Amino acid sequence: MPRAKEVKAFTFPRVLTERTFHYCPGCHHGIAHRLLAEVIEELGVRERAYGVASIGCACFLYHYFDVDICEAPHGRACAAATGAKRARPELVVFTYQGDGDFAAIGLTESLHAAARGERITAIMINNTVYGMTGGQLSPTTLPGQRTTTTPEGRDPRIYGYPLKVAEILAAFPGVAFCARVAVNRPKRVLEAREALRKAFLAQIEDRGFGYVEFLSACPVNWKLDPVRAAEKVDELAETFPLGVFRDLS
Amino acid sequence: MRVRPILVKGSEAIALGALAAGCRCYFGYPITPQNEIPELMARELPKRGGVFLQAESELAAVNMLLGAASTGVRAMTSSSSPGISLMAETFSYLAALELPAVIVNVSRGGPGLGGIEASQGDYFQATRGAGHGDYHFLVLAPSSIQEAYELTAKAFELAEKYRQPAMILTDALLGQMKEPLRPKKIRVREYPKDWALTGARGRPGRTLRSLFLGPGELRARNELLQRKYRAMRREVRAEVLYAEEADLFVVAFGSMARIVKEAVDVAREKGYPVAFVRPVTLFPFPETTFRKLSRAGVRFLVVELNCGQMVEDVKLSVCGRSEVESLALPPSDLPAPEDIYRRIKRCLVRKR
Ligand SMILES: Cc1ncc(C[n+]2csc(CCOP(=O)(O)OP(=O)(O)O)c2C)c(N)n1
Repeated sequence: MPRAKEVKAFTFPRVLTERTFHYCPGCHHGIAHRLLAEVIEELGVRERAYGVASIGCACFLYHYFDVDICEAPHGRACAAATGAKRARPELVVFTYQGDGDFAAIGLTESLHAAARGERITAIMINNTVYGMTGGQLSPTTLPGQRTTTTPEGRDPRIYGYPLKVAEILAAFPGVAFCARVAVNRPKRVLEAREALRKAFLAQIEDRGFGYVEFLSACPVNWKLDPVRAAEKVDELAETFPLGVFRDLS
Repeated sequence: MRVRPILVKGSEAIALGALAAGCRCYFGYPITPQNEIPELMARELPKRGGVFLQAESELAAVNMLLGAASTGVRAMTSSSSPGISLMAETFSYLAALELPAVIVNVSRGGPGLGGIEASQGDYFQATRGAGHGDYHFLVLAPSSIQEAYELTAKAFELAEKYRQPAMILTDALLGQMKEPLRPKKIRVREYPKDWALTGARGRPGRTLRSLFLGPGELRARNELLQRKYRAMRREVRAEVLYAEEADLFVVAFGSMARIVKEAVDVAREKGYPVAFVRPVTLFPFPETTFRKLSRAGVRFLVVELNCGQMVEDVKLSVCGRSEVESLALPPSDLPAPEDIYRRIKRCLVRKR
């Protein structure tokens, strides 16, 4: 028995494999992965967990999580998750998607799953670019932001304005929890963890769709060093405000 | 115990076959001429503790199918030509992930929106793989309502046996007509599902994936799939009638085979040496059947309700040993048995 004052500061989550992440230095996928693993463990659902790996930088999800994971075609994660959850409601089903996956090619599947109030948890990593394919325009690219396909910066007259997914989903009656978080400061990391926990509880308690959007740094495609990239997340937060947009718990 | 016959449409027979096979999940999106399938499933599945869900699109439907199939439950979708095209991307994933799933195409005329009448224009799409990469579906083509029922149930069994998507390819002619069906009990064999994603209880997490970047990995993956496709040849089925001493083999599949069979019977009554061949599995194609029938001096006439597709498979199987002729009837042009009979006669006359 540990003594009352003794607090273990660090344990390695059972749900994570010990494999080294392939992510670029300064990328926030690593922190998001760890938080997700911790939450799955804390809620005691490892043996019921079913993850959908999407297309994009996080497509290797199955290398890092010791839970059942299925791959879905680009954008279709929420539909695949719907099928799995409907087939076996006892599973705790989550998707892990980029902004291109969730909000561009997969927007229809994402919105309809949320509109149906599917008992799934969707995680969107919003780094404002298509990371894996080399940093092209995404629906969440900021006005003026340079990407490889908007070399002069995103011109809203040509490419319109960033899509604010959390704000859209917050209006859906089927969505039980919806938040936007960041992990570029320790306090925010803890808030992000709590948001993930609540998004899973929305599913586990059979209340509805859970959604957590992570603002995430992409140093390589932003052409910034990791520290500057982490700072730039604050700038993202001006367009994409952090916070809980809906919580029916 | 004798099962009393019921009068149902082909589409309904397919749905009943799926239920008889223990299909637990159905996902779909409405399109004519196959709406009787989702409508029957919407009535029956919830009663049996199963899941019916109308998706927002065919894309969503087939990906819901992917998710459900990955958990090891029996699941199905159905659509018609344009909807099947939309599913093509995920077909490739289903095959790559080796998921047992049943897909029904009650096809209609194309290209494009085409028309809703009977057509066999999706033969290439079904047998060559509508999506990307080196993959195949197992494809079954019923030609009666009883067979639609039984083959659909069989499709679930074969899909599980080979961890492989199976397609029922039919069309509006069979889908919309009514015929008596004996909905007999069907036992579908179970196969081990040591790959299914059911939650990692007492075991390491499992993965279903199709991305293989390591050296040689993808090649090994493709070789595994090709071995499986070769093994599937054991399941080849074809109906062959009057093969002895025939000079002309008239070939057709699915609904078209009904009309052709009648024409062949008429020709035989008049004393012509004509035989009838009907591939039931379109993939794997009954190559051996054709190879055995082919020799110098005999001729094959391939009748299709399209611009000539299966004729290519017959030619490949016959491999130059016999002459192969195509009677291609593009959709909208539904022939009567007499039309085919006249063509059979012409074929025989020209031969002499
Ligand atoms: C149908 C299809 N179209 C395009 C691609 C190529 N592709 C791979 S990843 C990707 C973008 C992913 O961006 P995002 O979802 O934002 O994830 P990130 O890589 O930034 O984490 C694209 C377009 C694909 N795999 N499939």
